[in-house]
Amino acid sequence: MDASGHIGFIIASYAAAAAVVVGLIAWVTFDFRAQRRNLNDLEARGVTRRSMPPSTATLKQAREDA
Amino acid sequence: MPLSDLANPSRFLTLANRAIPWLAGLTVILLGIGLYQSMLAPDDYQQGATVKIMFLHVPSAWLGMLGWGIMSLAALGTLVWRHPLADVAAKAAAPIGAAFTLLCLVTGSLWGRPEWGTYWVWDARLTSELILLLLYLAVIAVWRTVEDPSRAARAVAILTIVGAIDLPIIKFSVDWWNTLHQGSSVFRMSGSTIDRSILMPLFVMAIAFTFLFVTLQLAAMRNEILRRRVRTLRLMQASAVS
Repeated sequence: MDASGHIGFIIASYAAAAAVVVGLIAWVTFDFRAQRRNLNDLEARGVTRRSMPPSTATLKQAREDA
Repeated sequence: MPLSDLANPSRFLTLANRAIPWLAGLTVILLGIGLYQSMLAPDDYQQGATVKIMFLHVPSAWLGMLGWGIMSLAALGTLVWRHPLADVAAKAAAPIGAAFTLLCLVTGSLWGRPEWGTYWVWDARLTSELILLLLYLAVIAVWRTVEDPSRAARAVAILTIVGAIDLPIIKFSVDWWNTLHQGSSVFRMSGSTIDRSILMPLFVMAIAFTFLFVTLQLAAMRNEILRRRVRTLRLMQASAVS
């Protein structure tokens, strides 16, 4: 490979790609853990989709949020 | 499993939980092969070693446009069928598409400096790609600003469909205007102008990046479904207390 003085640009490109990919993987991983933790906390307090007597407004919201 | 079953968020979660590890494994294997082939690829007779930047730049450009394409289809699902999973797909795709569009612009600049003598020119291809990034940022801003997810989804859907006009502009900008950016060289009616020794690693990297995108998209959709469940439970809890 003849980098001919351009090796810095090539390394910078691959470093940028690695940063973007690692950043995206970290984002989905930490977000998943946070949402699981939130759900587990709610379930530990007895809050489940079958435990609460929902109002009309929350039922509508629940349907929209699936 | 019928395709319509995927429209059920609970069944989608089951499928995503099974598929994500396999897709992640395939992505790692394909990226390994692609990077190995990229390193072994010969220098281009004009670009020299900087052709190696193309193995990142071209797949990133493809994924930036794919992300908006997915969001456009999801926008139809939101506006026509008002399906919550379409909202989820659109919201998940926005940050991923934005990240790859940014990577496309950064790697393009890093390629442009040694080849063109400048990091940036306001030619049609570069400018339309920058507009795509700004559109992504606008969509993310709407998602974060409007508290009600279904209201945000409708606003985002309209913005996405209007913004889809940018996709053919990006693709054909090099044909419609006189640009410093080179013309189409991969997908052409008369066949690719790229030598096989460079085209093959480029092709493998594009497939690897696509698998990476799909894996991240499924994972982000799973997170968004869980986030909405948390929100619903908190609303129900608050309603029961009051």
